[in-house]
Amino acid sequence: MTKAKSGRDGFGKALLELGEENQNVVALCADLAESVRVEAFAEKYPERYFQIGISEQDMIGTASGLALSNYIPFATTYAVFAAQRANEQIRLAACYNQANVKIAVSHAGLTCGEDGATHQALEDIASMRAMPEMTVIVPADENEAYEATKASTEWMGPVYLRLGRTPVPIVTNDTSPFQIGKARTIKNGTDVSIFACGIMVERALQAREQLASAGINASVINIHTIKPLDKEAIINEAQQTGCVVTAEEHSVIGGLGGAISELLTEEFPVPVHKVGTNDTFGESASPEELLEKYGLTTDKIVTACKKALGQKEQFLVRERS
Amino acid sequence: MANTREIKEISKRIKRDVIQLTSKNTGHPGGAIGAADIIAELYFNRLHHRPSQPDWEDRDRFVLSNGHICTALYSAMARSGYFPIEELWTFRKLNSRLQGHPSRHDLPGLETSAGPLGQGLSIANGMALANRLRGSDAKIYCLVGDGEIQEGQVWEAAMTAAHHHLDKIALIVSWNDIQIDGHVKDVMNIEPIAEKFKAFGWHTLEIDGNEVNEIKMAFDQFEQNTGAPTAIIAKTVIGKGVSFMEDEAIWHGKAPSAEEATRALEEIGTSSFGTELITER
Repeated sequence: MTKAKSGRDGFGKALLELGEENQNVVALCADLAESVRVEAFAEKYPERYFQIGISEQDMIGTASGLALSNYIPFATTYAVFAAQRANEQIRLAACYNQANVKIAVSHAGLTCGEDGATHQALEDIASMRAMPEMTVIVPADENEAYEATKASTEWMGPVYLRLGRTPVPIVTNDTSPFQIGKARTIKNGTDVSIFACGIMVERALQAREQLASAGINASVINIHTIKPLDKEAIINEAQQTGCVVTAEEHSVIGGLGGAISELLTEEFPVPVHKVGTNDTFGESASPEELLEKYGLTTDKIVTACKKALGQKEQFLVRERS
Repeated sequence: MANTREIKEISKRIKRDVIQLTSKNTGHPGGAIGAADIIAELYFNRLHHRPSQPDWEDRDRFVLSNGHICTALYSAMARSGYFPIEELWTFRKLNSRLQGHPSRHDLPGLETSAGPLGQGLSIANGMALANRLRGSDAKIYCLVGDGEIQEGQVWEAAMTAAHHHLDKIALIVSWNDIQIDGHVKDVMNIEPIAEKFKAFGWHTLEIDGNEVNEIKMAFDQFEQNTGAPTAIIAKTVIGKGVSFMEDEAIWHGKAPSAEEATRALEEIGTSSFGTELITER
């Protein structure tokens, strides 16, 4: 693990390069240019940057109109204001129109911290994932956000690119290229599979180390694309280890954990334990304090792994008797 | 260029289609009939478009924001050559390209899907920005209902269009004073409309939206306007030309019975662009 930067930094860097590489890339913002790291693009490519003001619903519609005219717009704001406030605009103008809109959102999850519950998006993956045509990507670190931004430009159709505010160590060091819809195995294991996304990938890796000292061999798989889900990789993992833990900076309802539970109950039922926020709003505090209070910790992942392993054992005993 | 008389005849043709389609299926006849004159002028006189090449890049675009009046749009599209006229009959039926509210992906030539009110102008703004970027002078015509402008997003988009000086946009407000629950002024007053758009930085025009000459003059004026978008506040009458439908809120979303449809067709009268009914498939 090396220097710490945020997902939004990776996005800003990629967008700036895209401005040069692809003349069809344009960007829109709803009064948060610096926060969502679109400022550098705005300065370098002012003719391809559109300030829309504090009107996220209008921004999504405008972005869709640009997309329907063959541009590739990146519409930027905070996660909660895109996915929640402009939900119907995303559904109609972007998804139903099959418009090639990239919705790049920052400040997802709890770690926007002191701003409190109103600014924390903990239900956005659930609502974006439920929309037909939508692709949902949750990069784990700056590098992956960079790769995901580039990949989104080559991908046809609406994309929800969920970025974090806080710096995270670089946890992805894949030599294979980032592919939308393809999970990345970071560590192989035999006892339990930990599927994580976003900032929780780092914590999953820490949990793996703790588990190792207790003699448990966990795999860590980075599920950067929540939709389309890499079904094959997930089912293979479940078959290898026989029990699963999910970890996400999102509600346990409808996000990564929900998606994997839905898949495995149909394809290969094994115990699945979910680490995320538990049907609650957040509050104001520092990111670290919030992660601790709401249970998005290494310890919780370790505990969940032990529970999942325990259940797996019970199932095995039942099968043998 | 189609003259006033011809556009009036085409408008009758559209109204006949609307009545027939809504009578046998379901849908929203009143507003569609009320906007038929505007849509006739657009599709048969104003738009630079190529029905056989619906994705021609330099086309003018018509964005229907109040998707529930789509029967008038479908009729104008079919009769200008986007798809076979008989296909109109599939409206609101299983596997049809003519959804109850427009579905862009299903039917080439539709510029956007619509249904949830208030979204069209934002999408039109995006199209206008795209045209500006590529150096095209193509125009964007966006039609909204009057009740629809109760949606806050319309005013967000009105600000955006003015702020970015999108002078290739004409927003036509079909002001028939009817929404589902009654007269607009009683449900949620939207007046004064023209003053509101003026205050938002728009050129504004007020016309009788069922007078073809006034529609033509407004569009001529729009083509001359520069520096700001143009709002055309078009006073229309729901169910215009059908005595028992005019200004009656019930006809916003009610399907006429066979008997009512026959009477309505008689009142609208014949058109030199054909009086035949669409053949059922």
